[in-house]
Amino acid sequence: MSETLSETLTFECETGNYHTFCPISCVSWLYQKIEDSFFLVVGTKTCGYFLQNALGVMIFAEPRYAMAELEEGDISAQLNDYKELKRLCIQIKQDRNPSVIVWIGTCTTEIIKTDLEGMAPRLEAEIGIPIVVARANGLDHAFTQGEDTVLAAMAHRCPTQDSKILVGTISDSENNDQWPLNKVLNSKIVNNLFQFNKKTQPNDSTNYYNHPPLVLFGSLPSTVTTQLNLELKRQGIKVSGWLPSQRYIDLPTLGDGVYVCGVNPFLSRTATTLMRRRKCKLIGAPFPIGPDGTRAWIEKICSVFGIIPKGLKTRENQIWEGLQDYIDLVKGKSVFFMGDNLLEVSLARFLIRCGMIVYEVGIPYMDKRFQAAELALLEDTCNEMNVPLPRIVEKPDNYNQIQRIKELQPDLAITGMAHANPLEARGISTKWSVEFTFAQIHGFTNARDILELITRPLRRNQSLEGLGWTKLVKSATS
Amino acid sequence: MKLAYWMYAGPAHIGTLRVASSFKNVHAIMHAPLGDDYFNVMRSMLERERDFTPVTASIVDRHVLARGSQEKVVENITRKDKEERPDLIVLTPTCTSSILQEDLQNFVDRAAIESESDVILADVNHYRVNELQAADRTLEQVVRFYIEKARRSNTLELEKTEKPSANIIGIFTLGFHNQHDSRELKRLLNDLGVEINEVIPEGGLVTNLRNLTKAWFNLIPYREVGLMTATYLEKEFNIPYVTTTPMGIVDTAECIQEIKEILKKNNYYKNFDEYIEQQTKFVSQAAWFSRSIDCQNLTGKKAVVFGDATHASSMTKILAREMGIRVSCAGTYCKHDADWFREQVQGFCDEVLITDDHTQVGDMIARIEPSAIFGTQMERHIGKRLDIPCGVISAPVHIQNFPLGYRPFLGYEGTNQIADLVYNSFTLGMEDHLLEIFGGHDTKEVITKSLSTDSILNWAPDGLAELNKIPGFVRGKIKRNTEKFAREKNINEITIEVMYAAKESVGA
Repeated sequence: MSETLSETLTFECETGNYHTFCPISCVSWLYQKIEDSFFLVVGTKTCGYFLQNALGVMIFAEPRYAMAELEEGDISAQLNDYKELKRLCIQIKQDRNPSVIVWIGTCTTEIIKTDLEGMAPRLEAEIGIPIVVARANGLDHAFTQGEDTVLAAMAHRCPTQDSKILVGTISDSENNDQWPLNKVLNSKIVNNLFQFNKKTQPNDSTNYYNHPPLVLFGSLPSTVTTQLNLELKRQGIKVSGWLPSQRYIDLPTLGDGVYVCGVNPFLSRTATTLMRRRKCKLIGAPFPIGPDGTRAWIEKICSVFGIIPKGLKTRENQIWEGLQDYIDLVKGKSVFFMGDNLLEVSLARFLIRCGMIVYEVGIPYMDKRFQAAELALLEDTCNEMNVPLPRIVEKPDNYNQIQRIKELQPDLAITGMAHANPLEARGISTKWSVEFTFAQIHGFTNARDILELITRPLRRNQSLEGLGWTKLVKSATS
Repeated sequence: MKLAYWMYAGPAHIGTLRVASSFKNVHAIMHAPLGDDYFNVMRSMLERERDFTPVTASIVDRHVLARGSQEKVVENITRKDKEERPDLIVLTPTCTSSILQEDLQNFVDRAAIESESDVILADVNHYRVNELQAADRTLEQVVRFYIEKARRSNTLELEKTEKPSANIIGIFTLGFHNQHDSRELKRLLNDLGVEINEVIPEGGLVTNLRNLTKAWFNLIPYREVGLMTATYLEKEFNIPYVTTTPMGIVDTAECIQEIKEILKKNNYYKNFDEYIEQQTKFVSQAAWFSRSIDCQNLTGKKAVVFGDATHASSMTKILAREMGIRVSCAGTYCKHDADWFREQVQGFCDEVLITDDHTQVGDMIARIEPSAIFGTQMERHIGKRLDIPCGVISAPVHIQNFPLGYRPFLGYEGTNQIADLVYNSFTLGMEDHLLEIFGGHDTKEVITKSLSTDSILNWAPDGLAELNKIPGFVRGKIKRNTEKFAREKNINEITIEVMYAAKESVGA
């Protein structure tokens, strides 16, 4: 492996023959996140079968999502798409009365060129419920990128500052006092600007700096959003909103002068939309995964607002101390990421900081611009920890990867469920990658949860040690 | 378009993949977009498969959409040929390739020239057939391909085995208790002195398919998959087949008698009557169970049955004929086999329901309010919601329906397993009702989660009765509030008055 000790990161690209979840799986967490939504997946039995099996028990809890299952008549255009969708959406309105219906376009609607974007505004006007269209299909995207397409589509639906001023509803008034100086000349902000650097909110006992509005994007469980909000509050930074919000009707205000920052590495399309279409300013930071990432994330936001962060280093160190028992377990162990959810770079960076050696970072898609800060932190971390830079393999080829795993014999392979059991039977410890998308892994508070997941196979190995059955396939089979 | 939350049978390609990956050394290549290889997860997780699932995808992406697959599919086939050296590669179309209408047969023909493996295109249409029909069709297609190949090269085994022998057709991966059933069937045939010629597709080699014709007859345990193969072999080689599913005591005996008739036609006389009697009365406990007073208590209890055609019809007959249970409704999601199903359950149930819409099944169960349900995982969840116990008797299934222990549904051991399943479902239901009638196991109701408590709080009978009137979902909260109030006021006995005092104090 000595030859891979290169100075800069190397990027490779393979065949793209790898296993991952279909991006429509994003409905499983988004329908729970956005409480007043309904997700309608316009696709075939194949899509439905995937959702049904991947989401298991959730399906029985009367979920707020369904398939609009395309039949032969839809494919051959014997039936009118518009009329069919109208019929289903009216039924959904009657049964569930959601605040928004999200249409998830699939491979099939792409191929038969169903004009979902064209039909949505017409139908929206007709039935009086907003219809958001996201093309989360397997032709273009992998797994978590599904959320990216939905959030990018939702970014268009966020209210603008001007419209909010005009509407001026009561619920909005709290947010209004955080608007950019150039727009809201008569607001309290302007007055405060000339008083102190720091100002006190009338309805809030905490001190916030006077900074332009900050909107965070990325779907996280509400407990984690609260934790990150509090983390920034400690630095005197107020989060004026999240995309997505807990309810569709509470989407954050966007526009010129609003700063946005992502919390997940797979949100590049949303970031682009926020910058180009909504004129927001993007804060490019590493992602708040692991204590190192969380600190770098906060530091970057602070630096953009010209704020000197306080107590961060101490806080980070405290977290690391709390992780010591797990770090002792992972130190010096090697990891191989097969790649399927785009969290790989951030996780690899954190694990290297924990003292692990990463052989390979497989990743479905690498947006070097959106992940720039994260990649830089990865490089720094490798140099600091004095370990070789991992190879980053975009669009990996699972077959080739398994040959490499056989050769390298890593202590841990982070992989999808299709390969986990076969690798375990061959004596390679695995961790299912999907768990990282469903577990709470963001911020200082949840750093332990990541290591809890990572060390689980290692701890299991400890307790089963000495039983002599690590390899459980007959030698004849490969 | 159809608004759908759930489906009983999966898409066609799943059936093809189940058959292909059940054979040894056969590789399936799906022509599909990224993420459609979910089959691998299911097999790896549900079956806890130790080997890599021999299924890969030739990915359909934007480029394919723009320019067609061109060399891609052929390259993927030849690559897999070199990597794994399979005997057969099955190119599997999906819903996506159905509408792209690429000439996949042409790719197969080209790839077949270059590769050492045999290559075929699974002949299934996503929009016309479901998982089960596709599996049936693919199995027949593979068998036909190898029989004809052997015929051309004159290597077909046309001579029958010396001793009576049978092929078991239709045992395959992700099937409901298929592995256990297979073992039980082998045991049964062995007891009858019938040798096992081939078991397909599970664990079979395609290179051995030319031996199929050596068997005296074919046994098709499940109606859904294998029937097409059996009829093909009958038509071409005059090999008879038995389709009576040996599930339950009566049908197992019936199946054995049919085997006897077939053997008789081949001038092999053997009387199985004594064997059947011995097994029925003493090896299987099910016959005795149906006479025992336990089963007497089940007489006339209402049950609902739903599942695939094989399991639902057999279960209906077992409940009605062998246990005296009243089957209020029997149903199946195998709409393509509705006529056969109706004929089978006629006289054994009050009504028949043929549907693949789970909400209709749910409504039917809610209307009938049976004491127990025997259905799929979906019915188990319906039962949970309605507080009705459910025994799972058919796919679609979850990981708990792939037990490690020996749990056949077929043969004589199967009758024992079914008796347990039925009995456990009903007693649980009875116990539940008794609890409801008497308001719990003891009158000093559970206050804390721990079993022992040093609290001196006591619920007076009238207080408890009042508490039980409160709807379940808020009962716990009211109880806690009342107890908190009682502790604060140093009241030891919670009467109806205390309850209302507590309620009033909450508002204050």
